[in-house]
Amino acid sequence: MKSIDQANQDALQRMLSGEPVLVDVIPAAQAIPDLKDRMILHAGPPIGWDRMCGPMRGAVMGIAVFEGWAKDLGEAAAQAGTFTFAPNHDFGAVGPMTGMTTKSQPLLVVENKTFGNRAYCAINEGLGKVMRFGGNDAEVLDRLRWMQRVLGPALGRALRETGGIPLKPLIARGLTMGDEMHQRNVACSSLLLRQLAAALARTTKDTGELVECLSFIGRNDQFFLNVAMAMGKALTDPARNIAGSSMVTAMSRNGTDFGIRVSGTGDRWFTAPVEMPVGLYFPGFSERDANPDMGDSAIVETVGLGGFAMAAAPAVVGYVGAGRASDAAAFTRSMSEIVVGHNPAWTIPAMDFAGVPTGIDIRLVVETGLAPTINTGIAHREPGVGQVGAGVVKAPLRCFEQALVAFAETMGVN
Amino acid sequence: MGKDHDAASKDLLAAAPRVVNVGLELFAVNLASQGTKVVHVQWSPPAGGDARLADLLDKLRR
Repeated sequence: MKSIDQANQDALQRMLSGEPVLVDVIPAAQAIPDLKDRMILHAGPPIGWDRMCGPMRGAVMGIAVFEGWAKDLGEAAAQAGTFTFAPNHDFGAVGPMTGMTTKSQPLLVVENKTFGNRAYCAINEGLGKVMRFGGNDAEVLDRLRWMQRVLGPALGRALRETGGIPLKPLIARGLTMGDEMHQRNVACSSLLLRQLAAALARTTKDTGELVECLSFIGRNDQFFLNVAMAMGKALTDPARNIAGSSMVTAMSRNGTDFGIRVSGTGDRWFTAPVEMPVGLYFPGFSERDANPDMGDSAIVETVGLGGFAMAAAPAVVGYVGAGRASDAAAFTRSMSEIVVGHNPAWTIPAMDFAGVPTGIDIRLVVETGLAPTINTGIAHREPGVGQVGAGVVKAPLRCFEQALVAFAETMGVN
Repeated sequence: MGKDHDAASKDLLAAAPRVVNVGLELFAVNLASQGTKVVHVQWSPPAGGDARLADLLDKLRR
C-alpha cells in the first residue's frame, strides 16, 4: 500500500497540475442539470432552515422572491420548509458567504483543462448590501435581475469569443501585484477586465449595456473573488477520493457550522461550530452586529491563496485588522507548517519568490495545533443588512481532530 | 575536554545570559522586558497534549 506521504504527494500533484480556464457564463439550470425548481444550493456543509443563521435566512428569502417562488419576503419565509437545500459543493459549485445558487442565476464556468472537470460560482455582486451577505431588498433583487438579463449573457458571449481566459498565469501576476485572492482582488479584477474589455465591446451590441457591464466590473475590487473560487473548486475536485491521502479538499462554512472534507475520506463532512471573525468594522458597526464566519470562499485557502498567501498582500493585513503589514509574512510562514508542499506556479516576491503553501494536511494541523487562517468578510447577524466588516478567522481544530480519527479508521488504525 | 568544559562554564556564568525560550511566551516577554537577549520558540505538546490523538498520529507515521 502507498504511504500517506506518497498519497498526499499524488493529491497535491493533481491539484498543482490543473489548468483552470474561465470559459463561460451560463444559467445555473444549464450548468447543473440536477438543480431543480425550488431547490437552493448554499454555502458550507449541509444545513436546514431551522439551523440557518440570520443572513443565510435573509438570502434564502430573497432568492425565493428572485426566482418567483414567493411574492414577497414574508411569503418566502413561510414557505422555507418546502424548499430543498443542499451544499454547493455537492453539485460542483461554490458560493461566497451565504452562497445562494438557484436555477435562474448566471454562473461563472471554470474548466480544468488537465482533467476535464468544470466548477461553477455565481457572479460577484459588489460590496455592501448584497445577497451573499444576506441582503434581500428591492435594490439587491434588481441587481440580480440585471446580472441575469444583461451581465451574465454579456460575459458568456465575451468569454466564448476569447476562447477562455487561463487563470493560473493571471493569479501568478496578481500575487506579484498585492492580491491574495480572498479579501484583496483589485489586481486580478483589473487584469481580468483588461482581457475581457475588447471582447465585451465586440460582442455587446447595445452600447448602454456595454457601459453598464464595464462600469459594474470596473468599480468592484472583489469581482475576481468568485472567479478564484470557481477555480479553487475546479482544482480541488480532481484531488478528491485518493485512498490514504490526509490532504484537505474543501473548507467551508454556512454561518452555523464549519466543515472540511479530506481526500482519503471522500465526500464526508467533518463539522464543528463556526468561529467569529476578528477584524475591522465599517463605520457604525461593531462585533455586536457580526454573524459568525460564512461561505465557500475558504476554497481559496484550500488551494494556497487567501490567508495562506498573506505575505503577497501586506495591504490586506490592515483591511482585515490582522496587525501590521510586516506581520503578513508570518501568516504565510505559519501556514507553511501545515501543508503538503508549495506551488511553484504561484510565488510571492516578498518571500524570495517562494511558492504559496498548498495542500493542508490534517495530521500537521492536529499535531501542531496551527489552524488554517482564513481571510473573510463579516456579515450582519440580522437578515437583510449585508456586509459590516472584514477580518480573519481560524478554522476550528475540532473539524481536523474528527477527520483525523475517521481517516485513521480508513487506514486500519485506531 | 574537561578544561574546555570548565572554560565554557565560566563563560556562561561571566557573560550576559542568552536565552532560548520554548513554549510559554510569557517567560520570553518578561526576559526581553528586562533587556535580556531571548529567542522564543513557539512550541506546544503534539495534538495539544491529547494522548489519544497523539497516539493516532504516531501510529499513522509508522
